[in-house]
Amino acid sequence: MVKETVIKTVNLNCRYGALQVLKDLNLEIHRNEIFGIIGPANSGKTTFLRALNRLNFLNASYSQDGEIFFADKNLKNICDNILRKRIGIIFALPQVLPVSIYNNIAYGPKVHGIAKKDAIEQIVEESLKKASLWDEVKDRLDSPAMKLSGGQQQRLCIARTLAVEPDVILYDEHCSGLDPISTAKIEDAMQQLKETYTQILVTNNTKQAARVSERCAFFLMGELIELDETAALFTEPKDKRTDDYITGRFG
Amino acid sequence: MTTARMREKIAFFVLGLITLLVVIPILMIIFYIVKNSIGSISWEFITQSPRNGMKEGGIFPAIVGTIVLIIGTMLFSLPLGVLSAVYLVEYARDNFFTRLIKLSVVNLSGIPSIVYGLFGFTLFVLFLKLGTSILAGSLTLAIMSLPVIITATKEALESVPLSFREISLSLGATKWQTVRYCVLPYAIPGILTGTVLSLSRAAGETAPILFTVAAFYLPRLPRSLFDQVMALPYHLYVISTQVPNIPVSISFATCFVLIGLVFLMNLVSIILRSHYRKKKLW
Ligand SMILES: Nc1ncnc2c1ncn2[C@@H]1O[C@H](COP(=O)(O)OP(=O)(O)O)[C@@H](O)[C@H]1O
Ligand SMILES: [Mg+2]
Repeated sequence: MVKETVIKTVNLNCRYGALQVLKDLNLEIHRNEIFGIIGPANSGKTTFLRALNRLNFLNASYSQDGEIFFADKNLKNICDNILRKRIGIIFALPQVLPVSIYNNIAYGPKVHGIAKKDAIEQIVEESLKKASLWDEVKDRLDSPAMKLSGGQQQRLCIARTLAVEPDVILYDEHCSGLDPISTAKIEDAMQQLKETYTQILVTNNTKQAARVSERCAFFLMGELIELDETAALFTEPKDKRTDDYITGRFG
Repeated sequence: MTTARMREKIAFFVLGLITLLVVIPILMIIFYIVKNSIGSISWEFITQSPRNGMKEGGIFPAIVGTIVLIIGTMLFSLPLGVLSAVYLVEYARDNFFTRLIKLSVVNLSGIPSIVYGLFGFTLFVLFLKLGTSILAGSLTLAIMSLPVIITATKEALESVPLSFREISLSLGATKWQTVRYCVLPYAIPGILTGTVLSLSRAAGETAPILFTVAAFYLPRLPRSLFDQVMALPYHLYVISTQVPNIPVSISFATCFVLIGLVFLMNLVSIILRSHYRKKKLW
């Protein structure tokens, strides 16, 4: 079966000032897959995710060359706000706005021009259901989002991203601060989202990548060392450095 | 008790004493003014025009004039100041040019008020032919207030966590939507503080209004933006130094009203601020 490519990078190089953070990166991400990225700290995983929705450019010292394509269109030719609506991101720490649960989710649809109250209410409910949070918060949508637990806040962030109807969701070590039960709930939600969305999961937890992803890439010092089906990568890695990393010999 | 704790106690005591030194002059000024004005303050004093060569009657036109000037000043300086700060913090790239602007803003606040007065006189009264008018006076006071409003707004914007902007942008909001909905609302308390601070100063200044709007004696109320008005600080100056034989208690009572007005503005800002602070959760 030929898989449809959603995101493709060609000779992507990313720099902060003089520091090269990603080197000659070439990879393709397929529609509806969960694509895992593992690697030690500072290997450029976050930079890669934030290159895909151009958030890196908020930093004045950032520069990049090479090409990124999203659905066959060069990223340079897509408006930032349209691109970011279609490629959502979940940050490492749960980032909620200091407003109610409801308003956190309603914010996205509102800035994209949806004004009708019942339309927004419906989006809020559906998004919370998809993020497996609805049952826990349906009676207190007006209470401050910051009062939720860390795991709930992170699912709220997922719901907020879903509310703008993206095609791709980027996760940046989004379970790193959570306990195993919260993590399991979030992984369940990700499995259910598979049918509709393409998901890219950066994780510092190799077991999570092995559990959740279908294909997996190993980044080291800004280079893509190995990319394979997750099962193959974890059972018979071709590169010694991958082997060392997944067996816990460094990083 | 250990010596370390003793030392700490002594340090706290000394620091408290020094802090008290700051409070004492303010209390003394207020006490002195209240004591000397108490005989002249009356309903008539705040609601009537001066009579009989300002020796009798009240200061109503000056109160109205000062309030009109405060409002006029705010109408010009608040939008201009806030938008400039938004530009500097949210939009401008960090380069030589913007650093120059920021430096100018800081230095503008150090310019003596009489210089603003003369500047306003030349630019607004003479060159733009606005005449000695509420418009010219408000514009002059507005320019004087700008640096403080800009600096306070800048600081307020910078203290809003970067993550709020990232959340908003990452959901596909435009830059302006982000500023409008995810940054400005959280900066309001800081903006308020700066605005009230600079308006309080504007309310009490004499030099900037001297040649641009203030009237020596004008018992009727203004009818248009091109009228002159009496104003409290200038009136105070006039009755204290320019007109002989005015009872001292009238000067003190005028002082009292001016301070009361500034105090009221600060009170409003404190109330608004605490209202917004209750919503601050991060
Ligand atoms: N905002 C930034 N400014 C300068 N250097 C940065 C910035 N963000 C990341 N870097 C550098 O880029 C490299 C890769 O960082 P990052 O992409 O965050 O790696 P990872 O997510 O794999 O830990 C690191 O060496 C880091 O120091
Ligand atoms: Mg990272």
